[in-house]
Amino acid sequence: MSEAVNATTRTGTGAAAFGLLRGGASAVLPVATVVAVIVAIWYAACIPLNSAWLIDRAGPEAELSTGDILAGVFNQERPVIPAPHQVATELWNTAVAEPPMIERRDELRGNPRSLVFHAWQTMAPTILGFLVGTFAGICLAIGIVHNRAMDLSVMPWAIASQMVPILAIAPMIIVVLNAVGIEGLLPKSLISAYLSFFPVVVGMVKGLRSPGAMDLDLLATYSASAAQTLRKLRLPASLPFLFTSLKVGIAASLVGAIVAELPTGARFGLGARLLTGSYYGQTIQIWSALFMAAICAALLVGLLGWIEKITLRRMGLAQ
Amino acid sequence: MNQAAAVSDPAPVIQARHLDLTFQTADGPVQALKDVTLSIGKGEFVSFIGPSGCGKTTFLRVIAALESPTGGSITVNGMTPDEARRKRAYGYVFQAAGLYPWRTIERNIRLPLEIMGYSAAEQENRVKNVLQLVDLEGFGRKYPWQLSGGMQQRASIARALAFDADLLLMDEPFGALDEIVRDHLNEQLLALWKRTQKTIGFVTHSIPEAVYLSTKIVVMSPRPGRITDVIESDLPDERPLEIRDSAAFQRIATRVREGLRAGHAYDD
Repeated sequence: MSEAVNATTRTGTGAAAFGLLRGGASAVLPVATVVAVIVAIWYAACIPLNSAWLIDRAGPEAELSTGDILAGVFNQERPVIPAPHQVATELWNTAVAEPPMIERRDELRGNPRSLVFHAWQTMAPTILGFLVGTFAGICLAIGIVHNRAMDLSVMPWAIASQMVPILAIAPMIIVVLNAVGIEGLLPKSLISAYLSFFPVVVGMVKGLRSPGAMDLDLLATYSASAAQTLRKLRLPASLPFLFTSLKVGIAASLVGAIVAELPTGARFGLGARLLTGSYYGQTIQIWSALFMAAICAALLVGLLGWIEKITLRRMGLAQ
Repeated sequence: MNQAAAVSDPAPVIQARHLDLTFQTADGPVQALKDVTLSIGKGEFVSFIGPSGCGKTTFLRVIAALESPTGGSITVNGMTPDEARRKRAYGYVFQAAGLYPWRTIERNIRLPLEIMGYSAAEQENRVKNVLQLVDLEGFGRKYPWQLSGGMQQRASIARALAFDADLLLMDEPFGALDEIVRDHLNEQLLALWKRTQKTIGFVTHSIPEAVYLSTKIVVMSPRPGRITDVIESDLPDERPLEIRDSAAFQRIATRVREGLRAGHAYDD
């Protein structure tokens, strides 16, 4: 866990994490510029959005000077939109200053005041669901490419499954699974898997079908079996497509895990933080949870990008 | 060479009789091959030449069981093409090298050996031999993109030679290469053919290439794809590149050209 804490401190924001992973030193300046512009716009937006509350509180007769307003919009306890430094402070206090684990009743337990603990509560089902979804997606794609009946029947259902709003279907899955006694990691993972299998199916079907007629003819001249064709040609050829899908899939997984926490009133997790934050009007807490989710997504996508780079380089597909 | 063909004439490697092949396309049926009768003896180097659409590639693909004829009969080593394919009777070289970009040259050549279940030691041995045969020693660890087009095509020939097929089918293997590289590869191919004693079917649309390489030239014409002339070459075994300036060479080239002109309907 302490490593995760360090990583968060070093990277700061999701955008910076991207920049560092992607392009190294040469990317720092452009990324920093964009971040600076966003922060400036953000501060500017605080002024009109948060001043209404100030004017309200001062009463209809009071005349507020520009100085009064500027002094009041960036430090409210429950602002419409918290200022960047408020979010940064909250992130620091909850993710860095708080230990993710504390000792209670002689036992080392998760610290519910730590944002890192909550992030992990969401990351674990994200990763498990992503692995399940990826595996299911690859299996379905292999079936679709090799079996005409599956080719005609699976894709429409896969597409239909993604047309149902996840916000509508997640509570049903959670409630049904709860009723049969399945709780904790698994229901959340299933929602994640439900969202992440789809991009993998689409990408892998395209990837497995990417070898040209000549490549397939070549294997036919060796009278290679379908399994050999899959292993020697279709799977290696599909890898670049797979990685693209995985990056979409893991982001969808994270969304799935967060959404899965909403309907059950989960106590831990980023979704739970968002929910309690909105119950009590804790906009700062909401925003810091959102940033934590962005950081998690950036780390996951960055990790996948790194694996992709190494894999493709080892395969000789990237220089 | 003619002698070699004569000796094995009783049992030809390829025997096609009245072969027909009609493709059903959206624009109606297209007759790719019509009444093709041809016999290829062991150790012959046979070129198929003709304009696009004359069925030369289709005929090669029928031999390889990549297409099925709609009429007539054909045997490869006395078997149906499909049986011959399952017995791995031939190596096929395509127009493009078609090397897998994620495999090194060595591992590309290994591909058929892996599929056919050769032992690791045997694979090692054969890869080494064929790399030497096509003059690519020292390039085994390179990836295809690190090699020139001509070297890639040589690697794909090595891949087709790696397993024990006596028949080598080549579909315009040097079509995409420039003439200097092509001359060089033709010379090498001839030397290779002499050394390995394989039967070679070679599709081309270059007259000099066909005359330079072949013991037998099959001239074909389109719509419908058919054979218009079969020329037995009387060029000597030893063929330096300069042979292309000789009178004998020119005589055969002229006959090929006339055969092409006679069969080619220029008016459409």
